[in-house]
Amino acid sequence: MKDFMFVFRNDPAVMAGMSPGELQTSMQKWMDWIGGIAAHGKLVDRGNQLANEGNVVRPAKVVTDGPYIETKESIGGFIMVRAESLDEATEMAKGCPILFAGGNVEVRPIIRM
Amino acid sequence: MENQELIPHLFRTEYRKITAVLSKTFGLGHIEIAQDIASDTFLLASEMWGIKGAPDNPVAWLYTVARNKTLDYLRRDKLFKEKVSGQVAKNSRESDEIDIDLSARNITDSQLQMMFAICHPSLPVESQIGLALNVLCGLGINEIASAFLTNKETINKRLYRAREKLRTEQVKMEFPEEAEIGLRLDAVLKTLYLLFNEGFYAAGKDVTLRKDVCIEAMWLTKMLTENPGTDRPPVNALLALMCFHASRFEARTNPEGETVLYQDQDDSLWDKELICRGEYYLNRASSGQQLSRYHLEAAIGYWHTIKADTPEKWERILQYYNELLILEYSPIAALNRTYALAKARSKADAIREAEKLNLADNHLYHSLLGELYLGINDGRALEYFNAALGLAKSRADRQLLTEKIRKVSEVG
Repeated sequence: MKDFMFVFRNDPAVMAGMSPGELQTSMQKWMDWIGGIAAHGKLVDRGNQLANEGNVVRPAKVVTDGPYIETKESIGGFIMVRAESLDEATEMAKGCPILFAGGNVEVRPIIRM
Repeated sequence: MENQELIPHLFRTEYRKITAVLSKTFGLGHIEIAQDIASDTFLLASEMWGIKGAPDNPVAWLYTVARNKTLDYLRRDKLFKEKVSGQVAKNSRESDEIDIDLSARNITDSQLQMMFAICHPSLPVESQIGLALNVLCGLGINEIASAFLTNKETINKRLYRAREKLRTEQVKMEFPEEAEIGLRLDAVLKTLYLLFNEGFYAAGKDVTLRKDVCIEAMWLTKMLTENPGTDRPPVNALLALMCFHASRFEARTNPEGETVLYQDQDDSLWDKELICRGEYYLNRASSGQQLSRYHLEAAIGYWHTIKADTPEKWERILQYYNELLILEYSPIAALNRTYALAKARSKADAIREAEKLNLADNHLYHSLLGELYLGINDGRALEYFNAALGLAKSRADRQLLTEKIRKVSEVG
């Protein structure tokens, strides 16, 4: 078994534009999906959601705010799962609700230091 | 109360108190001597009270006899006295008489300290449960063996090793340091939770005995809620969850001793008072930030006390199971979550998830899939029920499955 990180990317405007009812439904879908991974004993870390605002520090101490505000692909959060292979992990990621809301999941094996 | 009822009743409540106080007096390394003196006290009570009738104040009588028996023992066994007298309080500087403090305060403290000692992290969990049943619940070797569906030798060995461990690890009867109390309390709660489950789910046939184990586990948990040092939200959540489960005790077995599943239970048999008490403790558990697994399980238990099958009920239960699994995986939670998924979403969704569960050696896994396939594909359902029957060990489970298979076959 290996550990993998799922990195979630989406346009921040999608969630900002949701009504409270839509937010709740979205939350349920996320919980069902992560709960399913946990029910199979394959959740390593529930991870965290990331706020939209933030700073990016670049060489020469240049600080820019709002890392990727202009892009449609801001990192919104991550979780860690356990799977036999990259293929299995990728298969698990296919159920992620973000895929039905215009976002994507990056699946990356974790190299333990 | 007649003697026949009085003595077992007092045994339940007083045996652990006398044992705890004496163990504290002698040191935990001599716990068997404390248990022997407590047992002898009750033996004498049943002889004397049988002839003369019970005294006016039976509890005071027991304490006096226990105290005298202890002093006799110390007088007889000088060597033991020298060994223990170094570590215990004396009545006064002049006298070397050992003080046996049977005040209400010391009794309560000793019992709580005994709980922490028995649930010491150096002891394997099964030893903790064995000791808890023996020392805190006053169950004999026979009863413990029948509760665990095992033989006397196994239990004897287990208890012997557990006591040895208490000695070699030099576990002391004391309250944990403030900084440690959270972790140590977690260990106590885990053992109490397992103790309760032993009673609630164990395969043993003796329903009365199993109910007693549940009541004892609740009693011990209640004691923790009554002490300011241990009255914390997870303790209240655990007690709430026990109350909710225990409320269905009468409804879950029919007069023939067969298991009645939740959806088939007569809810007029659910104990309303216990449900109210569960709600009370769940409210008390709601202070603070910590959301323990007991909070989630208590919340699930609460929704189960509402009989009506509303979409809200199953949605809530599903989400609590999701949270519970994210917090900590367990096969039972995984199976129950899948059942809730069928109720809150659809059987098809649940079947898809169930097939990924990888619990094929668990009879409950096959029962669940059988249940999910009912009405969708009865042939498949039957295959799963038969597979479950092949794996089920307890008589009650086998009865239940045989009945299911008969019903499905009739329809088909």
